Amino acid sequence: MRASKSCVAILIATLCPALMYGGTISGKITYTGTPVRQKPIDMSKEPSCAKQHATPVTTETVVTGANNALENVVVYISAGADDANAPAQAVTFTQKGCQYLPHVVVLQAGQELKVVNDDQTSHNIHPLAKQNREWNKSQPPGSPAIEAKFDQPEFISVKCNIHPWMHGWFAVLKTSHYSISSNGGGFTLPNLPPGKYTVTAWHEDYGTQTQDVTISGNETKTINFAFKAKAY
Amino acid sequence: MKNLKRVHYFGAFLSFVLAVWAVAAGAQDVPDVGPHPPAPPKEMESHIGKLVGHSQNAKSDYRRYCAGCHGDLGDGNGENAVWLDPKPRDFTMATFKCRSTLTGTLPTDEDLFNTIGRGLTNSNMPIWNTFSNQQRADLVAYVKTFSSRWEKEKPGDPITIPAEPPVTIESISHGKYLFTKLECWKCHGPQGKGDGPSASTLTDSKDNPIRPYNFAAGTDDSRFKCGSTNHDIYKIFMTGVDGTPMPSFADTISPTDAWDLVHFLRTLQVKRHSPENEALKAAGGKIPPYVEKPSAAPAQSGNGAAGGN
Repeated sequence: MRASKSCVAILIATLCPALMYGGTISGKITYTGTPVRQKPIDMSKEPSCAKQHATPVTTETVVTGANNALENVVVYISAGADDANAPAQAVTFTQKGCQYLPHVVVLQAGQELKVVNDDQTSHNIHPLAKQNREWNKSQPPGSPAIEAKFDQPEFISVKCNIHPWMHGWFAVLKTSHYSISSNGGGFTLPNLPPGKYTVTAWHEDYGTQTQDVTISGNETKTINFAFKAKAY
Repeated sequence: MKNLKRVHYFGAFLSFVLAVWAVAAGAQDVPDVGPHPPAPPKEMESHIGKLVGHSQNAKSDYRRYCAGCHGDLGDGNGENAVWLDPKPRDFTMATFKCRSTLTGTLPTDEDLFNTIGRGLTNSNMPIWNTFSNQQRADLVAYVKTFSSRWEKEKPGDPITIPAEPPVTIESISHGKYLFTKLECWKCHGPQGKGDGPSASTLTDSKDNPIRPYNFAAGTDDSRFKCGSTNHDIYKIFMTGVDGTPMPSFADTISPTDAWDLVHFLRTLQVKRHSPENEALKAAGGKIPPYVEKPSAAPAQSGNGAAGGN
């Protein structure tokens, strides 16, 4: 019977960490002012892609939602958390309809990225990295996924030279605490141990903002970011 | 006389004191404004065959011959750079066009040695045949001091290039098939004139407009950015021209197929006398359509002169 008491104690001890890391930072990303209208893309030079879109798609430099929500903003812990080991799971970046899906892919330094070509045309993948190595590979239709890894945290602009309208981003981070705002503009960073954190929000055109947040227990702290829209 | 000497000595002493005071006072008056020059780079070495280059021996050569375009900081922002197109190489990024190593990897010392000696056609980078081999090797070492990548990474392994198979019309035909299938024409144009549908929108990695290579303008003397031989063409598309829109096809073309593409590309240089153009003329001037061989024999072409693989 004494044994069962110690068993319970061990059980509680192992469960405690899971219970401890319950802090959450969440909020909404919005914009103020009037964003420049996104331009429709003329894909007539690539008929195999043009026919995949009933109406022409637009550029994705600024993607907005209802109530001034700003999408594709990468929110992450830039200070206060340890660097995380890269997860074994790969992240996928797909070329479809001569667009990149997702427009911004977030991954950790050292994590595997799989680039897939789902189109009937060749693309070339050209990450314009500055801290990481810049490379450029051709990927004809039907060829296997290109596997890549990036060692340094960096926001890498990606393009296809054959199809000049294609632009995307690899957001390579050191931390595993990240979130990307989707069509409500919301983000959430759960599982945070108590501590003082710096939260950074990055948008490809509107720049970067930071806020400091302290987590003391299992509470949810709400912070919001408002980016000023650019006229052009 | 003695008094005069004393006066002289005193005068000299006083001038000295005044000079020191002036310098000290002057130094205090000048505010410490930036930018501060970067920390001096680590001295680097280069190895080309038996030749060893030392960066410390190239300082004055770099300053005299290279800094005007490539800049004192090696970032491509020399005084002349504003007038140049294409822009001088930015050594701080350690991204180089002409390599024997895979895309995204550092070139070998020999690659840089060859580039300096060969120059870069259609650019302002001269053929530096004025340097001795030792000077060139020292300059390669000096170029390596501009980026810490040289300390953190090893150069890539040079790619393996199999022996060139014979030039036959079958090889050329297969090359044309690959040129179409791999969509090279999208930038280079169907006749390799650099007028493909995507050609006018191409930009290099620093967002400067750039044009694809124009094969059709080639004559007997023409060179490519990275050389002039069939081996050089092979390397160009199997390693990619880093820093430009030209990607690497190493993952998509087998080494033997690559030689067929090389042979076809030579026929795009219509004004050039070459074995490829001879083979084309012998076949009546037209490239026959490619016929997929039913049993694809692997790369060893031991038998048959007209094997064309």
